[in-house]
Amino acid sequence: MDRKLVVSSSPHIKSPETIRSIMIDVLVALFPVALMAVFLFGFRALVTMIIAMVAAMATEAIILRRKNLFGDGSAAVTGLLLAMTLPPAPPWWVVVIGSVVAIGVGKHIYGGLGNNIFNPALVGRAVLFVSWGTHLAGNVWIKPVPFGFTADAVTQASPLVTYDASLGDLFIGTVSGSLGETSALALIIGAIWLFYRGHIDWRIPGSFIGIVFILGLFDGGLYMGLYHVLAGGVMLGALFMATDMVTSPVTPTGKIIFGLGCGAVTMAIRMFGGMPEGVTFGILFMNGLTPLIDNMTLPKKFGEVKKSA
Amino acid sequence: MSERTFVGGIHPGYFKESTSGIPIAPAKAPSQVIIPLQQNIGAPCEAIVKVGDEVKMGQKIGEPKGFVSAPIHASVSGKVSKIEPFNHPMGTQVLAVFIENDGQDTPDEGMKPNKSLEELTPEEIKAISKEAGLVGMGGATFPTHVKLSPPPEIQIDTVIINGAECEPFLTADHRLMLERADDIVFGLQAFMKALGATRGIIGIEDNKPDAISSVRKAVAESSGNYNIEVHPLHTKYPQGAEKMLIKATTGREVPPGALPMAVNVVNQNTGTAIAMAEAIKFGKPLYERVVTVTGPGIKKPGNFLVRNGTLIRDIIEQCGGLTSDARKLVLGGPMMGLAQPTDEIPAIKGTSGVLVLTEEFVKEQPIAACIKCGKCVEVCPMHLLPSFIGAASEKKVYDLAEKYGAMDCFECGCCTYTCPAKRPLVQWIRIAKGAIAASRKK
Repeated sequence: MDRKLVVSSSPHIKSPETIRSIMIDVLVALFPVALMAVFLFGFRALVTMIIAMVAAMATEAIILRRKNLFGDGSAAVTGLLLAMTLPPAPPWWVVVIGSVVAIGVGKHIYGGLGNNIFNPALVGRAVLFVSWGTHLAGNVWIKPVPFGFTADAVTQASPLVTYDASLGDLFIGTVSGSLGETSALALIIGAIWLFYRGHIDWRIPGSFIGIVFILGLFDGGLYMGLYHVLAGGVMLGALFMATDMVTSPVTPTGKIIFGLGCGAVTMAIRMFGGMPEGVTFGILFMNGLTPLIDNMTLPKKFGEVKKSA
Repeated sequence: MSERTFVGGIHPGYFKESTSGIPIAPAKAPSQVIIPLQQNIGAPCEAIVKVGDEVKMGQKIGEPKGFVSAPIHASVSGKVSKIEPFNHPMGTQVLAVFIENDGQDTPDEGMKPNKSLEELTPEEIKAISKEAGLVGMGGATFPTHVKLSPPPEIQIDTVIINGAECEPFLTADHRLMLERADDIVFGLQAFMKALGATRGIIGIEDNKPDAISSVRKAVAESSGNYNIEVHPLHTKYPQGAEKMLIKATTGREVPPGALPMAVNVVNQNTGTAIAMAEAIKFGKPLYERVVTVTGPGIKKPGNFLVRNGTLIRDIIEQCGGLTSDARKLVLGGPMMGLAQPTDEIPAIKGTSGVLVLTEEFVKEQPIAACIKCGKCVEVCPMHLLPSFIGAASEKKVYDLAEKYGAMDCFECGCCTYTCPAKRPLVQWIRIAKGAIAASRKK
């Protein structure tokens, strides 16, 4: 035979999906959320998102000594997700520090993508929250003014402080809050894309949102159940943060336990804690338990226990 | 059962269009066949001919050396020129009988019709399957007579014919179901009679509706009092894997580490059923089989009836040769087939396909870290944790690999196919299985 043949172990065909294609799908899913943020909060929201993404990608490129800024796309996703948790117009250096911490401390200290224990974007947000909290909460929430790009910013307390927003406003997103968290509508549209592409399943968002709703019922009936689901970061957290592949369990049962834990800690902080919002720490807490959850919920092997149907 | 499938699995492209419409044609008999004396799982055969002997087509040339083994027969008539080790599809060198073809196809006197199926006893059917050298023709090549001889305490109630053909590219079983459906049904009836089974099932993936109707017609027109059902199955790889097929058709789950007989089932391949029918009707031993020759690297793909011991090189030549960008030769399907370093390899009883892949299929992709997406866990038909087993094996922590289920993996390759980080998961699992098996032996 006149040619050299490649010999390798089967399988000899592979799915076209790559880490990069998954990250691009996440960016696509975040597009409606970003669009809504610009619609509600103006171009300052866009600037915040761009600063966060560029800072995140640059940090990663420097750490990995990589020329390609985009790489596998995971840093862009982390930067954008971090921006989603920030007010529409924080000082630029706050955003940059958040991104550097998210990528550097949240991700690469552990060995990079796949090895990090905690959701990098939430690590960034948590550090900003405890270090420069005045730029992140209370008096800096902007009252959204649809199409009002030129209007002067009017600050407004978070609906998780006032508890007086209408459910309709909370669903559409016309309330104050972090730039990517207010519109449940946009978040759901984005998440549908991730469901469709098979990157998330119902287990984590379903159990997370479900337990928040159920615990919310105890805080004031059906209205408060829905209020707790729609207000603050629950939708963003349940659909885009808790579903982060690297930091959530892989077993089917583990995903449900993880989602329940995220929701329960979130509600514990909201109802009994010292902060109005608890999504960030709820998810980070459960991130830490993920390896344990996986090992305690190993799936039943095919044919195990049950002998015949 | 609500849906005829299993939990997990993948949906790779079918790649079957190029050969599914091409009828089976006899391949040209080569001037020399090289027949390895090991063509089944279990013990090899001992040559019972010597160099210089004249042999006839269908004459037994290899006698089994153990119970789990099957005899081997000459696929042409002619003279034995050599008996020496030669390349084997399993990647080793195996003693092989070289026969110079005299072109006469003089049949062996032993090839004559048996009694009718009604008159044959179960013991006689088993004996015929053994003498004809029948093995599982899906690729695993487990001797058929062993499957037909379960221990006395086990009563097989169901025989399943595997017409799923879930491997992409392959269409040999599809063509057999279109062209030889009556013999498939006849073979199934013989298996049922041999085992005293009360139920026969033919499972076919629903991407082959013509095969389903062809086999249904053959069942309706078949004689004899046999309860045979045709089950259309959800098209999903690995639907044809033994355990998945049993689950989909009967709802029964074979326990980890056990054989189908543990749930009173025996599986047989479509090709094996036809070989059984031919052995009973004509006394014909298994010395030729249908092979799909396909892939983007083959100029004229097709389905061929290939004599045992024909070199892959000769088969490819008949298909117009290789394209200039052909880079990989696989015997079997793309998911579980074995890549070969050369085309100087004989086709044997387990050769279901000759697949030639091109440059685009062999591009090396860098291996990234596991991002714990869990997609391998979702697709694993055995419900294992491939990413965890793979990571443990990569670090050579084999007891951990065992804990996550390494030994229950049957190497379907769904995890490696799916992994977006392009991690060679099933390859690592194979390494772990080898290491665990070796440590158990100690």
